[in-house]
Amino acid sequence: MKLLKSFLYLVSLPAILVLLWWISTIVNPNFYVPTPAELVGTFVDTWFSDRFWRDVLPSIGRLFLGVIGSIVFGVVFGILIGSFRTLRRLLEPLLEFFRAIPPPVMLPLLMIVMGVNWRMQVFVIIFGSVWPVLLNTVEGVRATDEVQRETSRSYRLTRTDRLRYLILPAAAPQIMAGVRQSLSIALILMVISELWYTSSGLGFTIVQFQRNFAIPEMWSGILLLGLIGLGLAVIFRYAERYILRWYHGLREVQRES
Amino acid sequence: MSLDTTPTASSPVLVVEGLRKVYPAPTPGGEAVEAIRDLTFTIEQGQLVCIVGPSGAGKTTLLKCIAGLLPPTGGKLELEGKRISGPPRTMAVVFQEYGRSLFPWMSVQANVELPLKSAGLSKAERHTRSTEALEAVGLADAGSKYPWQLSGGMQQRVAIARAVAYRPQILLMDEPFAAVDAQTRADLEDLVRKLWKELGVTVLFVTHDIDESVYLGQRVIVLSNRPTVVQDDVTIDLPDERDQLTTRSDARFTELRHHIYAEIQRAKGNTGDTNDASQRRAV
Repeated sequence: MKLLKSFLYLVSLPAILVLLWWISTIVNPNFYVPTPAELVGTFVDTWFSDRFWRDVLPSIGRLFLGVIGSIVFGVVFGILIGSFRTLRRLLEPLLEFFRAIPPPVMLPLLMIVMGVNWRMQVFVIIFGSVWPVLLNTVEGVRATDEVQRETSRSYRLTRTDRLRYLILPAAAPQIMAGVRQSLSIALILMVISELWYTSSGLGFTIVQFQRNFAIPEMWSGILLLGLIGLGLAVIFRYAERYILRWYHGLREVQRES
Repeated sequence: MSLDTTPTASSPVLVVEGLRKVYPAPTPGGEAVEAIRDLTFTIEQGQLVCIVGPSGAGKTTLLKCIAGLLPPTGGKLELEGKRISGPPRTMAVVFQEYGRSLFPWMSVQANVELPLKSAGLSKAERHTRSTEALEAVGLADAGSKYPWQLSGGMQQRVAIARAVAYRPQILLMDEPFAAVDAQTRADLEDLVRKLWKELGVTVLFVTHDIDESVYLGQRVIVLSNRPTVVQDDVTIDLPDERDQLTTRSDARFTELRHHIYAEIQRAKGNTGDTNDASQRRAV
Protein backbone atom coordinates (compact mmCIF):
# COMPACT_ATOMS: atom_id res chain seq x y z
CA MET A 1 0.00 0.00 0.00
CA LYS A 2 2.81 2.37 0.93
CA LEU A 3 4.63 1.54 -2.28
CA LEU A 4 1.54 2.32 -4.31
CA LYS A 5 1.13 5.60 -2.48
CA SER A 6 4.69 6.77 -3.13
CA PHE A 7 4.39 5.67 -6.76
CA LEU A 8 1.26 7.76 -7.14
CA TYR A 9 2.97 10.76 -5.54
CA LEU A 10 5.83 10.38 -7.98
CA VAL A 11 3.78 9.96 -11.12
CA SER A 12 0.44 11.78 -10.78
CA LEU A 13 1.43 15.39 -11.37
CA PRO A 14 3.67 14.63 -14.38
CA ALA A 15 0.90 12.41 -15.76
CA ILE A 16 -1.65 15.21 -15.44
CA LEU A 17 0.71 17.68 -17.12
CA VAL A 18 1.40 15.29 -19.99
CA LEU A 19 -2.35 14.80 -20.39
CA LEU A 20 -2.95 18.55 -20.54
CA TRP A 21 -0.13 18.89 -23.08
CA TRP A 22 -1.56 16.12 -25.24
CA ILE A 23 -4.99 17.67 -25.16
CA SER A 24 -3.67 21.08 -26.12
CA THR A 25 -1.74 19.68 -29.08
CA ILE A 26 -4.93 18.08 -30.37
CA VAL A 27 -7.06 21.16 -29.86
CA ASN A 28 -4.44 23.63 -31.03
CA PRO A 29 -1.78 22.00 -33.20
CA ASN A 30 1.44 23.97 -33.28
CA PHE A 31 4.55 23.47 -35.37
CA TYR A 32 6.72 24.37 -32.41
CA VAL A 33 5.15 21.92 -29.96
CA PRO A 34 5.21 18.20 -30.77
CA THR A 35 2.62 15.80 -29.35
CA PRO A 36 3.70 13.50 -26.50
CA ALA A 37 3.63 10.48 -28.78
CA GLU A 38 5.73 12.27 -31.38
CA LEU A 39 8.22 13.32 -28.75
CA VAL A 40 8.71 9.85 -27.38
CA GLY A 41 9.13 8.44 -30.86
CA THR A 42 11.63 11.10 -31.82
CA PHE A 43 13.46 10.65 -28.57
CA VAL A 44 14.09 7.00 -29.24
CA ASP A 45 15.05 7.58 -32.89
CA THR A 46 17.37 10.48 -32.19
CA TRP A 47 19.29 9.33 -29.19
CA PHE A 48 19.38 5.60 -29.42
CA SER A 49 21.53 5.77 -32.52
CA ASP A 50 25.22 6.37 -32.99
CA ARG A 51 24.56 9.84 -31.62
CA PHE A 52 24.65 8.19 -28.23
CA TRP A 53 28.29 7.27 -28.63
CA ARG A 54 29.32 10.34 -30.58
CA ASP A 55 27.58 13.09 -28.65
CA VAL A 56 25.84 11.97 -25.48
CA LEU A 57 28.49 9.84 -23.81
CA PRO A 58 31.40 12.27 -24.38
CA SER A 59 29.29 15.11 -23.02
CA ILE A 60 28.35 13.15 -19.93
CA GLY A 61 31.97 12.17 -19.57
CA ARG A 62 33.05 15.81 -19.57
CA LEU A 63 30.28 16.59 -17.11
CA PHE A 64 31.53 13.95 -14.68
CA LEU A 65 35.12 15.10 -15.02
CA GLY A 66 33.99 18.65 -14.34
CA VAL A 67 31.95 17.64 -11.29
CA ILE A 68 34.77 15.56 -9.83
CA GLY A 69 37.25 18.32 -10.57
CA SER A 70 35.13 20.94 -8.90
CA ILE A 71 34.68 18.72 -5.83
CA VAL A 72 38.39 17.98 -5.55
CA PHE A 73 39.53 21.56 -6.07
CA GLY A 74 36.70 22.95 -3.98
CA VAL A 75 37.37 20.69 -1.00
CA VAL A 76 41.18 20.88 -1.09
CA PHE A 77 41.34 24.64 -1.42
CA GLY A 78 38.37 25.06 0.87
CA ILE A 79 40.21 23.22 3.63
CA LEU A 80 43.38 25.26 3.10
CA ILE A 81 41.58 28.58 3.01
CA GLY A 82 39.29 27.69 5.90
CA SER A 83 42.16 26.58 8.10
CA PHE A 84 44.49 29.54 7.73
CA ARG A 85 43.08 32.91 8.55
CA THR A 86 45.81 34.90 6.79
CA LEU A 87 45.35 32.89 3.63
CA ARG A 88 41.65 33.58 3.66
CA ARG A 89 42.10 37.30 4.13
CA LEU A 90 44.67 37.41 1.35
CA LEU A 91 42.55 35.48 -1.11
CA GLU A 92 39.08 36.73 -0.32
CA PRO A 93 39.00 39.73 -2.70
CA LEU A 94 40.54 37.66 -5.51
CA LEU A 95 38.06 34.85 -5.02
CA GLU A 96 35.12 37.22 -4.98
CA PHE A 97 36.40 38.73 -8.23
CA PHE A 98 36.75 35.45 -10.09
CA ARG A 99 33.53 34.12 -8.71
CA ALA A 100 31.64 37.05 -10.15
CA ILE A 101 32.74 36.42 -13.71
CA PRO A 102 30.06 34.53 -15.62
CA PRO A 103 31.79 31.47 -17.09
CA PRO A 104 30.31 31.85 -20.60
CA VAL A 105 32.09 35.17 -20.84
CA MET A 106 35.36 33.34 -20.27
CA LEU A 107 34.79 31.08 -23.25
CA PRO A 108 36.39 33.18 -26.01
CA LEU A 109 39.46 33.79 -23.86
CA LEU A 110 39.76 30.16 -22.87
CA MET A 111 39.36 29.06 -26.45
CA ILE A 112 42.36 31.13 -27.47
CA VAL A 113 44.44 30.01 -24.52
CA MET A 114 43.51 26.35 -24.38
CA GLY A 115 42.17 25.64 -27.82
CA VAL A 116 38.81 24.10 -28.63
CA ASN A 117 39.01 20.72 -26.99
CA TRP A 118 37.56 18.71 -24.16
CA ARG A 119 40.12 20.11 -21.70
CA MET A 120 38.84 23.61 -22.26
CA GLN A 121 35.26 22.45 -21.84
CA VAL A 122 36.00 20.63 -18.59
CA PHE A 123 37.84 23.72 -17.36
CA VAL A 124 34.80 25.90 -18.03
CA ILE A 125 32.62 23.49 -16.06
CA ILE A 126 35.04 23.47 -13.14
CA PHE A 127 35.53 27.22 -13.27
CA GLY A 128 31.83 27.81 -12.79
CA SER A 129 30.80 24.99 -10.48
CA VAL A 130 33.69 25.00 -8.01
CA TRP A 131 32.42 28.01 -6.11
CA PRO A 132 29.57 26.52 -4.05
CA VAL A 133 31.82 23.63 -3.03
CA LEU A 134 34.76 25.89 -2.22
CA LEU A 135 32.82 28.44 -0.22
CA ASN A 136 30.76 25.85 1.64
CA THR A 137 33.92 23.94 2.54
CA VAL A 138 35.51 27.10 3.89
CA GLU A 139 32.48 27.78 6.05
CA GLY A 140 32.25 24.18 7.18
CA VAL A 141 35.90 24.13 8.21
CA ARG A 142 35.65 27.41 10.05
CA ALA A 143 32.59 26.24 11.96
CA THR A 144 34.29 23.21 13.55
CA ASP A 145 33.04 22.90 17.11
CA GLU A 146 35.32 24.54 19.66
CA VAL A 147 34.95 21.77 22.24
CA GLN A 148 35.82 19.15 19.63
CA ARG A 149 38.83 21.19 18.65
CA GLU A 150 39.98 21.41 22.25
CA THR A 151 39.42 17.70 22.71
CA SER A 152 41.61 16.88 19.73
CA ARG A 153 44.28 19.28 20.98
CA SER A 154 44.27 17.88 24.49
CA TYR A 155 44.70 14.34 23.15
CA ARG A 156 47.47 15.59 20.87
CA LEU A 157 45.90 14.32 17.66
CA THR A 158 48.27 14.61 14.70
CA ARG A 159 47.52 17.11 11.96
CA THR A 160 46.46 14.41 9.50
CA ASP A 161 44.28 12.68 12.05
CA ARG A 162 42.66 15.95 12.94
CA LEU A 163 41.89 16.57 9.27
CA ARG A 164 40.63 13.08 8.62
CA TYR A 165 38.65 12.47 11.79
CA LEU A 166 37.56 15.93 12.87
CA ILE A 167 37.58 18.65 10.24
CA LEU A 168 36.38 16.77 7.16
CA PRO A 169 33.58 14.79 8.79
CA ALA A 170 32.41 17.86 10.71
CA ALA A 171 32.27 19.91 7.51
CA ALA A 172 30.73 17.10 5.44
CA PRO A 173 27.10 18.23 5.73
CA GLN A 174 28.00 21.69 4.51
CA ILE A 175 30.26 20.38 1.77
CA MET A 176 27.51 18.11 0.47
CA ALA A 177 25.14 21.04 0.32
CA GLY A 178 27.69 22.85 -1.81
CA VAL A 179 28.13 19.83 -4.08
CA ARG A 180 24.39 19.71 -4.69
CA GLN A 181 24.42 23.28 -5.91
CA SER A 182 27.45 22.74 -8.08
CA LEU A 183 25.75 19.83 -9.88
CA SER A 184 23.11 22.11 -11.34
CA ILE A 185 25.70 24.66 -12.41
CA ALA A 186 27.88 21.97 -13.95
CA LEU A 187 25.04 20.70 -16.16
CA ILE A 188 24.31 24.17 -17.44
CA LEU A 189 27.96 24.83 -18.19
CA MET A 190 28.33 21.53 -19.97
CA VAL A 191 25.72 22.68 -22.46
CA ILE A 192 27.08 26.20 -22.73
CA SER A 193 30.62 25.03 -23.34
CA GLU A 194 29.35 23.24 -26.44
CA LEU A 195 27.32 26.04 -27.98
CA TRP A 196 30.13 27.66 -29.92
CA TYR A 197 33.03 26.48 -32.02
CA THR A 198 32.47 22.82 -31.26
CA SER A 199 31.35 20.11 -33.64
CA SER A 200 30.02 17.44 -31.32
CA GLY A 201 28.35 16.99 -27.98
CA LEU A 202 24.88 17.06 -26.52
CA GLY A 203 24.55 20.83 -26.29
CA PHE A 204 25.94 21.23 -29.79
CA THR A 205 23.43 18.74 -31.19
CA ILE A 206 20.46 20.42 -29.55
CA VAL A 207 21.46 23.79 -30.94
CA GLN A 208 21.97 22.24 -34.38
CA PHE A 209 18.41 20.93 -34.25
CA GLN A 210 17.19 24.36 -33.26
CA ARG A 211 19.02 26.03 -36.13
CA ASN A 212 17.64 23.51 -38.58
CA PHE A 213 14.11 23.80 -37.22
CA ALA A 214 14.08 20.12 -36.29
CA ILE A 215 11.64 20.95 -33.51
CA PRO A 216 10.68 17.52 -32.14
CA GLU A 217 14.37 16.56 -32.09
CA MET A 218 15.20 19.74 -30.23
CA TRP A 219 12.55 19.00 -27.62
CA SER A 220 13.82 15.47 -27.27
CA GLY A 221 17.25 16.88 -26.53
CA ILE A 222 15.82 19.09 -23.84
CA LEU A 223 14.01 16.08 -22.39
CA LEU A 224 17.30 14.20 -22.33
CA LEU A 225 19.00 17.03 -20.49
CA GLY A 226 16.26 17.00 -17.91
CA LEU A 227 16.65 13.26 -17.47
CA ILE A 228 20.41 13.60 -17.04
CA GLY A 229 19.88 16.27 -14.39
CA LEU A 230 17.38 14.00 -12.66
CA GLY A 231 19.83 11.13 -12.79
CA LEU A 232 22.52 13.27 -11.21
CA ALA A 233 20.15 14.30 -8.45
CA VAL A 234 19.23 10.70 -7.68
CA ILE A 235 22.86 9.57 -7.61
CA PHE A 236 23.67 12.48 -5.35
CA ARG A 237 20.82 11.65 -3.02
CA TYR A 238 22.03 8.11 -2.49
CA ALA A 239 25.63 9.20 -2.06
CA GLU A 240 24.63 11.86 0.45
CA ARG A 241 22.46 9.49 2.42
CA TYR A 242 25.35 7.07 2.71
CA ILE A 243 28.04 9.59 3.57
CA LEU A 244 25.88 11.48 6.03
CA ARG A 245 24.19 8.50 7.73
CA TRP A 246 25.46 9.72 11.08
CA TYR A 247 24.19 13.22 10.47
CA HIS A 248 20.66 12.11 9.61
CA GLY A 249 20.60 9.88 12.67
CA LEU A 250 21.82 12.70 14.87
CA ARG A 251 19.25 15.14 13.51
CA GLU A 252 16.46 12.65 14.03
CA VAL A 253 17.44 12.19 17.66
CA GLN A 254 17.61 15.94 18.16
CA ARG A 255 14.20 16.39 16.60
CA GLU A 256 12.64 13.84 18.88
CA SER A 257 14.00 15.38 22.08
CA MET B 1 47.89 27.79 55.09
CA SER B 2 47.24 24.31 53.80
CA LEU B 3 46.65 21.47 56.18
CA ASP B 4 49.13 18.68 55.93
CA THR B 5 48.48 16.10 53.24
CA THR B 6 49.80 12.57 53.46
CA PRO B 7 53.57 12.83 53.00
CA THR B 8 54.96 10.87 50.08
CA ALA B 9 58.50 10.11 49.13
CA SER B 10 58.14 11.33 45.54
CA SER B 11 58.04 14.96 44.45
CA PRO B 12 54.66 16.44 43.55
CA VAL B 13 53.29 15.49 40.15
CA LEU B 14 51.77 18.92 39.54
CA VAL B 15 53.22 22.23 40.69
CA VAL B 16 51.23 25.43 40.34
CA GLU B 17 53.10 28.49 41.54
CA GLY B 18 51.96 32.08 41.28
CA LEU B 19 49.76 31.25 38.30
CA ARG B 20 48.34 34.34 36.67
CA LYS B 21 45.99 34.67 33.72
CA VAL B 22 44.90 37.93 32.20
CA TYR B 23 42.59 38.01 29.21
CA PRO B 24 43.55 40.94 26.97
CA ALA B 25 40.96 43.59 26.22
CA PRO B 26 38.65 42.36 23.45
CA THR B 27 38.46 45.78 21.84
CA PRO B 28 41.13 48.51 21.82
CA GLY B 29 39.27 50.70 24.29
CA GLY B 30 38.09 47.88 26.53
CA GLU B 31 39.42 46.48 29.77
CA ALA B 32 41.67 43.49 30.25
CA VAL B 33 40.18 40.83 32.51
CA GLU B 34 42.37 39.42 35.25
CA ALA B 35 40.81 36.01 35.63
CA ILE B 36 43.47 34.48 37.87
CA ARG B 37 45.74 36.58 40.04
CA ASP B 38 47.86 34.14 42.03
CA LEU B 39 47.25 30.45 42.41
CA THR B 40 49.74 28.32 44.27
CA PHE B 41 49.27 24.66 45.18
CA THR B 42 50.81 21.28 44.52
CA ILE B 43 49.29 17.91 43.79
CA GLU B 44 50.95 14.66 44.81
CA GLN B 45 51.00 11.53 42.70
CA GLY B 46 47.81 9.49 43.05
CA GLN B 47 45.74 12.11 44.84
CA LEU B 48 42.11 12.91 44.09
CA VAL B 49 41.82 16.66 44.49
CA CYS B 50 38.65 18.68 43.97
CA ILE B 51 38.54 22.35 43.08
CA VAL B 52 35.50 24.40 44.01
CA GLY B 53 34.72 28.06 43.86
CA PRO B 54 31.97 30.56 43.17
CA SER B 55 30.74 31.01 39.63
CA GLY B 56 33.13 32.95 37.49
CA ALA B 57 36.02 32.15 39.79
CA GLY B 58 38.18 30.99 36.95
CA LYS B 59 37.94 27.25 37.62
CA THR B 60 37.71 26.42 33.95
CA THR B 61 40.48 28.90 33.15
CA LEU B 62 42.70 27.17 35.68
CA LEU B 63 41.91 23.78 34.24
CA LYS B 64 42.59 24.92 30.69
CA CYS B 65 45.94 26.38 31.74
CA ILE B 66 46.92 23.13 33.40
CA ALA B 67 45.70 21.21 30.36
CA GLY B 68 48.00 23.27 28.19
CA LEU B 69 45.10 24.61 26.13
CA LEU B 70 45.53 28.16 27.38
CA PRO B 71 48.90 29.85 27.90
CA PRO B 72 49.24 31.48 31.34
CA THR B 73 50.20 35.13 31.60
CA GLY B 74 52.59 34.46 34.46
CA GLY B 75 53.67 32.00 37.10
CA LYS B 76 54.98 28.46 37.04
CA LEU B 77 53.13 25.37 35.87
CA GLU B 78 54.97 22.08 35.99
CA LEU B 79 53.89 18.54 35.35
CA GLU B 80 56.31 15.89 36.59
CA GLY B 81 59.01 18.51 36.76
CA LYS B 82 58.55 19.76 33.20
CA ARG B 83 57.04 23.09 32.29
CA ILE B 84 53.60 22.84 30.69
CA SER B 85 53.77 24.57 27.30
CA GLY B 86 51.11 22.67 25.44
CA PRO B 87 48.85 19.68 26.05
CA PRO B 88 51.08 17.19 27.92
CA ARG B 89 51.30 13.65 26.66
CA THR B 90 50.47 12.06 30.00
CA MET B 91 47.32 14.05 30.63
CA ALA B 92 43.71 13.42 29.63
CA VAL B 93 40.79 15.81 29.97
CA VAL B 94 37.08 15.09 30.39
CA PHE B 95 35.04 18.12 29.38
CA GLN B 96 31.69 19.20 30.72
CA GLU B 97 29.97 19.26 27.35
CA TYR B 98 30.10 15.56 26.53
CA GLY B 99 27.69 16.05 23.65
CA ARG B 100 30.17 18.31 21.92
CA SER B 101 33.32 16.47 22.92
CA LEU B 102 32.53 13.10 21.40
CA PHE B 103 32.57 12.85 17.60
CA PRO B 104 29.08 11.99 16.30
CA TRP B 105 30.35 10.54 13.02
CA MET B 106 32.23 7.74 14.77
CA SER B 107 31.00 4.83 16.83
CA VAL B 108 31.55 4.77 20.58
CA GLN B 109 34.44 2.36 20.26
CA ALA B 110 36.04 4.40 17.47
CA ASN B 111 35.76 7.49 19.67
CA VAL B 112 37.53 5.73 22.52
CA GLU B 113 40.24 4.46 20.19
CA LEU B 114 40.96 7.72 18.38
CA PRO B 115 43.56 9.21 20.78
CA LEU B 116 45.29 5.82 20.81
CA LYS B 117 45.42 5.83 17.03
CA SER B 118 47.16 9.18 17.02
CA ALA B 119 49.55 7.89 19.64
CA GLY B 120 50.54 5.14 17.24
CA LEU B 121 49.18 2.04 18.93
CA SER B 122 48.51 -1.05 16.83
CA LYS B 123 44.98 -2.01 15.88
CA ALA B 124 44.94 -5.01 18.22
CA GLU B 125 46.27 -3.02 21.15
CA ARG B 126 43.74 -0.24 20.53
CA HIS B 127 40.91 -2.74 20.43
CA THR B 128 42.00 -4.41 23.68
CA ARG B 129 42.33 -1.14 25.53
CA SER B 130 39.07 0.34 24.27
CA THR B 131 37.14 -2.83 25.10
CA GLU B 132 38.64 -2.87 28.60
CA ALA B 133 37.89 0.80 29.13
CA LEU B 134 34.29 0.46 27.99
CA GLU B 135 33.84 -2.51 30.31
CA ALA B 136 35.34 -0.54 33.19
CA VAL B 137 32.75 2.21 32.78
CA GLY B 138 29.92 -0.26 32.36
CA LEU B 139 29.36 0.16 28.63
CA ALA B 140 30.60 -3.19 27.36
CA ASP B 141 27.77 -3.54 24.81
CA ALA B 142 27.73 0.02 23.51
CA GLY B 143 30.85 -0.15 21.36
CA SER B 144 29.13 -0.20 17.99
CA LYS B 145 26.54 2.43 18.84
CA TYR B 146 26.84 6.09 17.99
CA PRO B 147 27.18 8.68 20.79
CA TRP B 148 23.89 10.36 19.92
CA GLN B 149 22.10 7.07 20.44
CA LEU B 150 23.11 7.11 24.11
CA SER B 151 21.80 9.06 27.07
CA GLY B 152 23.75 11.96 28.59
CA GLY B 153 25.14 9.91 31.43
CA MET B 154 26.27 7.17 29.06
CA GLN B 155 27.91 9.69 26.78
CA GLN B 156 29.91 11.05 29.67
CA ARG B 157 30.93 7.49 30.51
CA VAL B 158 32.23 7.15 26.96
CA ALA B 159 34.26 10.33 27.46
CA ILE B 160 35.63 8.87 30.68
CA ALA B 161 36.38 5.57 28.93
CA ARG B 162 38.26 7.50 26.27
CA ALA B 163 40.37 9.15 28.96
CA VAL B 164 40.93 5.86 30.79
CA ALA B 165 41.98 3.97 27.65
CA TYR B 166 44.59 6.66 27.07
CA ARG B 167 46.22 5.64 30.39
CA PRO B 168 47.17 9.13 31.53
CA GLN B 169 49.23 9.93 34.62
CA ILE B 170 46.90 12.75 35.49
CA LEU B 171 43.21 13.11 34.71
CA LEU B 172 41.52 16.50 34.56
CA MET B 173 37.76 16.70 34.83
CA ASP B 174 36.00 20.00 34.20
CA GLU B 175 32.61 19.92 35.96
CA PRO B 176 31.92 16.65 34.11
CA PHE B 177 28.64 15.88 35.85
CA ALA B 178 27.13 19.36 35.89
CA ALA B 179 24.90 18.62 32.92
CA VAL B 180 23.74 15.22 34.16
CA ASP B 181 20.75 14.33 36.35
CA ALA B 182 21.26 13.70 40.08
CA GLN B 183 20.87 9.93 40.07
CA THR B 184 23.24 9.47 37.15
CA ARG B 185 25.61 11.86 38.84
CA ALA B 186 25.76 9.66 41.94
CA ASP B 187 26.63 6.63 39.78
CA LEU B 188 29.28 8.54 37.89
CA GLU B 189 30.85 9.86 41.10
CA ASP B 190 31.23 6.31 42.36
CA LEU B 191 32.64 5.34 38.97
CA VAL B 192 35.30 8.03 39.23
CA ARG B 193 36.37 6.88 42.67
CA LYS B 194 36.44 3.27 41.54
CA LEU B 195 38.57 4.03 38.49
CA TRP B 196 40.84 6.28 40.52
CA LYS B 197 41.54 3.51 43.00
CA GLU B 198 41.97 0.82 40.34
CA LEU B 199 44.25 2.81 38.05
CA GLY B 200 46.20 4.80 40.63
CA VAL B 201 45.87 7.88 38.46
CA THR B 202 46.07 11.43 39.82
CA VAL B 203 42.74 13.21 39.45
CA LEU B 204 41.99 16.92 39.43
CA PHE B 205 38.24 17.39 39.61
CA VAL B 206 36.68 20.80 39.10
CA THR B 207 33.13 21.21 40.35
CA HIS B 208 30.69 23.75 41.66
CA ASP B 209 28.91 21.09 43.72
CA ILE B 210 30.20 21.22 47.29
CA ASP B 211 28.73 17.87 48.31
CA GLU B 212 30.36 16.25 45.35
CA SER B 213 33.73 17.74 46.15
CA VAL B 214 33.64 16.48 49.75
CA TYR B 215 32.34 13.06 48.73
CA LEU B 216 34.96 12.55 46.06
CA GLY B 217 38.09 14.27 47.17
CA GLN B 218 40.97 13.61 49.50
CA ARG B 219 41.48 17.31 49.40
CA VAL B 220 39.38 20.29 48.36
CA ILE B 221 40.89 23.52 47.11
CA VAL B 222 38.53 26.47 47.44
CA LEU B 223 39.05 29.37 45.03
CA SER B 224 38.13 32.97 45.69
CA ASN B 225 36.16 35.19 43.38
CA ARG B 226 37.81 36.85 40.38
CA PRO B 227 40.75 37.82 40.33
CA THR B 228 41.23 34.38 41.77
CA VAL B 229 43.53 33.24 44.54
CA VAL B 230 43.44 30.12 46.70
CA GLN B 231 40.92 30.76 49.44
CA ASP B 232 41.40 27.54 51.36
CA ASP B 233 42.87 24.06 51.08
CA VAL B 234 40.92 21.49 53.07
CA THR B 235 41.94 17.91 53.78
CA ILE B 236 39.02 15.52 53.65
CA ASP B 237 39.70 13.03 56.41
CA LEU B 238 36.77 10.80 55.62
CA PRO B 239 37.40 7.06 55.36
CA ASP B 240 38.74 5.72 52.10
CA GLU B 241 35.77 3.49 51.45
CA ARG B 242 32.99 5.88 50.57
CA ASP B 243 29.37 5.18 49.93
CA GLN B 244 26.60 7.47 48.73
CA LEU B 245 24.33 6.61 51.66
CA THR B 246 26.61 6.20 54.68
CA THR B 247 29.30 8.72 53.83
CA ARG B 248 26.88 11.50 53.06
CA SER B 249 25.12 11.05 56.40
CA ASP B 250 28.40 10.91 58.31
CA ALA B 251 28.83 13.68 60.90
CA ARG B 252 32.28 14.55 59.66
CA PHE B 253 30.92 14.84 56.10
CA THR B 254 28.46 17.45 57.30
CA GLU B 255 31.16 19.37 59.19
CA LEU B 256 33.44 19.50 56.19
CA ARG B 257 30.56 20.44 53.97
CA HIS B 258 29.60 23.31 56.27
CA HIS B 259 33.15 24.53 56.41
CA ILE B 260 33.54 24.57 52.67
CA TYR B 261 30.13 26.13 52.18
CA ALA B 262 31.10 28.90 54.60
CA GLU B 263 34.36 29.37 52.71
CA ILE B 264 32.52 29.64 49.41
CA GLN B 265 30.20 32.26 50.89
CA ARG B 266 33.25 34.19 52.05
CA ALA B 267 34.83 33.60 48.68
CA LYS B 268 31.89 35.21 46.95
CA GLY B 269 32.66 38.42 48.75
CA ASN B 270 36.37 37.83 48.62
CA THR B 271 38.64 38.52 45.73
CA GLY B 272 42.40 38.62 45.33
CA ASP B 273 42.15 42.18 46.56
CA THR B 274 40.40 41.47 49.82
CA ASN B 275 41.49 37.96 50.74
CA ASP B 276 42.98 37.84 54.18
CA ALA B 277 44.94 34.67 54.86
CA SER B 278 44.78 35.05 58.64
CA GLN B 279 41.01 34.85 58.51
CA ARG B 280 41.02 31.19 57.45
CA ARG B 281 40.17 28.90 60.34
CA ALA B 282 41.35 25.34 60.63
CA VAL B 283 38.61 22.79 60.81
